[in-house]
Amino acid sequence: MSGHSTYQPQSAFMRWMERRLPIGGLVYSSFVAYPTPRNLNYWWTFGGILAFMLGVQIVTGVVLAMHYTPHVDFAFNSVEQIMRDVNYGWLLRYLHANGASMFFLAAYIHMFRGMYYGSYKEPREVLWILGVIILLLMIMTGFMGYVLPWGQMSFWAATVITNLFSAIPLVGESIVTWLWGGFAVGNPTLNRFYSLHYLLPFVIVGVVVLHIWALHVAGQNNPDGIEPKTEHDTVAFTPYATIKDSFLLAVFCILLAWFVFYIPNFLGHPDNYIPANPAVTPMHIVPEWYYLPFYAILRAIPNKLLGVLALGASILILAFLPWLDTSKVKSARYRPLYRQFFWVFVVVCIGLGWLGSKPPEGNYVLFARIFTIYYFAYFLVILPVLGKIERTKPLPNSIAESVLQKGKPIGAPAPPPAKA
Amino acid sequence: MAIARTILALAVSLSALAAPALAQEHDVPAPPMNRWSFAGPFGKFDRGQLQRGLKVYREVCQVCHGLTLVAFRTLADPGGPGFTPAQAAAIAAEYQVPGAPDDQGEVKPRPGQPADHFPAPFPNDQAARARYNAVPPDLSVIAKARGYERGFPRWVGDFFTQYQEQGVDYLTALMRGYRDTPPAGITLPPGNFYNEYFPGHGIAMPPPLSDKRVEYTDGAPMTVEQYAKDISAFLMWTAEPHLEARKRLGLQVVIFLIVLAGLLYFTKKKVWHEVELHPEKLTPRPPTEYPRA
Repeated sequence: MSGHSTYQPQSAFMRWMERRLPIGGLVYSSFVAYPTPRNLNYWWTFGGILAFMLGVQIVTGVVLAMHYTPHVDFAFNSVEQIMRDVNYGWLLRYLHANGASMFFLAAYIHMFRGMYYGSYKEPREVLWILGVIILLLMIMTGFMGYVLPWGQMSFWAATVITNLFSAIPLVGESIVTWLWGGFAVGNPTLNRFYSLHYLLPFVIVGVVVLHIWALHVAGQNNPDGIEPKTEHDTVAFTPYATIKDSFLLAVFCILLAWFVFYIPNFLGHPDNYIPANPAVTPMHIVPEWYYLPFYAILRAIPNKLLGVLALGASILILAFLPWLDTSKVKSARYRPLYRQFFWVFVVVCIGLGWLGSKPPEGNYVLFARIFTIYYFAYFLVILPVLGKIERTKPLPNSIAESVLQKGKPIGAPAPPPAKA
Repeated sequence: MAIARTILALAVSLSALAAPALAQEHDVPAPPMNRWSFAGPFGKFDRGQLQRGLKVYREVCQVCHGLTLVAFRTLADPGGPGFTPAQAAAIAAEYQVPGAPDDQGEVKPRPGQPADHFPAPFPNDQAARARYNAVPPDLSVIAKARGYERGFPRWVGDFFTQYQEQGVDYLTALMRGYRDTPPAGITLPPGNFYNEYFPGHGIAMPPPLSDKRVEYTDGAPMTVEQYAKDISAFLMWTAEPHLEARKRLGLQVVIFLIVLAGLLYFTKKKVWHEVELHPEKLTPRPPTEYPRA
């Protein structure tokens, strides 16, 4: 999409088409001739993996919807019917359930990659924010999907999460009643969650299109965090990026297949095979693994309203990352201090995930608080200050130089940054 | 760098402090792990074991526990207990299920047919509670609805060993976990029995199995241990009737993907080799201070 298309239609039909709807040229310039930095590593293949996973979720989801019954009396058994009587129904359902986990895994890797290499920095702020919106939509979609089998965890997760809105002063209770469509989680709740669970993935598709559009306008970032200057710095998307993406996609599919075919319930909770029962509360209500860090932040704060605000802030703060990080150097390769804090941040996120799976008592709460403080301090204190005081390493002159010199810069180290 | 390392060291030492809190959490021992024919990537059910398990279910469990998601016809499905369709139909006929309303609008029981499901032992939960003071759970997916916490780091190993038998191991342990007298210091609610593996130890179900209670004709030992394993394996099949097909297809898919990934890897090397063969000449320049805006 950047620059003019060099597409030359080969057939008479495509020549005819190109003068009316230049879709051939669009595809050619976006996915064939599109220049991609030649130093991209395998962490850059997760965008393609995510697009693939979104497709898998939609295809399996549409077929599952043909067999699923969104009613409190039939939902649990209709899922079991899919598992037992629908041809390859077990495959569809396990693909969809484990696919959601792999979708989130790929999204988190994609985001950590963006953070490590500073992919959110100018001119990619909008690209990053669109990604945060996709994450928010994924979180909502995944949560509603988890409610649909109407097991014990489905029901109680729906109860706990919708109840968070009751923390809002004055109107909280009314909002919760409005969300439920009644005075408790019940059939209207299940019906609307089903409706939204079918709708939101297509909203995600729309935002993904914008995300890719913004990517193709700004161009890809790369491990050195310097913009391509000449044609020596880039290679064509096809075949170079396509073949690299395909290889890692195949490897990723092995991981997905391992879960689907051999350990399909590894990431699930046994309680969700017990039909929903409003009269019996499970011993520990835990969300799916991909929400655990946020759940830990929620429970680390003793005040309910503040906890809910912290939960929301922990996701929304990501949208402000382009302006919270004050360093002009993008890649952590050339930011020795930032790199250390980044890896601590990764450990803190994983630690929060572990704490989210534990009961909120004793030392677990203490750690959750320490980690929550680090989580927010990373964005609000460490990143703004680091950009001002960090002495960065010299950047290579060009991507080509970086590749051909194996990352060793030519010449003397760069002077410290001038006062901004 | 030093600051970050300090924080990391602090986090590690703090997590060491958390360990004792973790240990106190569970007073129920972890169920012993059994050797199951259906475990692992090549797992298959033992037909004889499933048939024995069905016998245990029919002679012991079904008085109180339903199996309402399981259709009789599936007893003859591939990857199941291996009955013939005629045998499955004969088993179905031994049950009475509610028939369709007749001309007078009355619903009369009729013998079961292959398409019918195992009937529920009680018309509703209230009836069960009135009789037993508890609701015996339906057993159709019980092998997946029960389990136990594996804890770190064991769950990481479970990813590689494909350990998915928490449910059946728990059920087997539960069947064998009854003790006549609770240990000193534990008082049970009235009418409950002491079970080592049941959360809270007080279980409303009386010990269901005893040696020689169910007669085996295939020479398998008629012991509580064997009964417990057979009924657990049978309930694994009712919970996951397509387990064999899943693992078989999984092997094909994984082998296909490994070959595909290998071919793609070498294709990628070939494609990128040409780029790496022709490095552009570099003219060294003084380093830029910072990237251009």
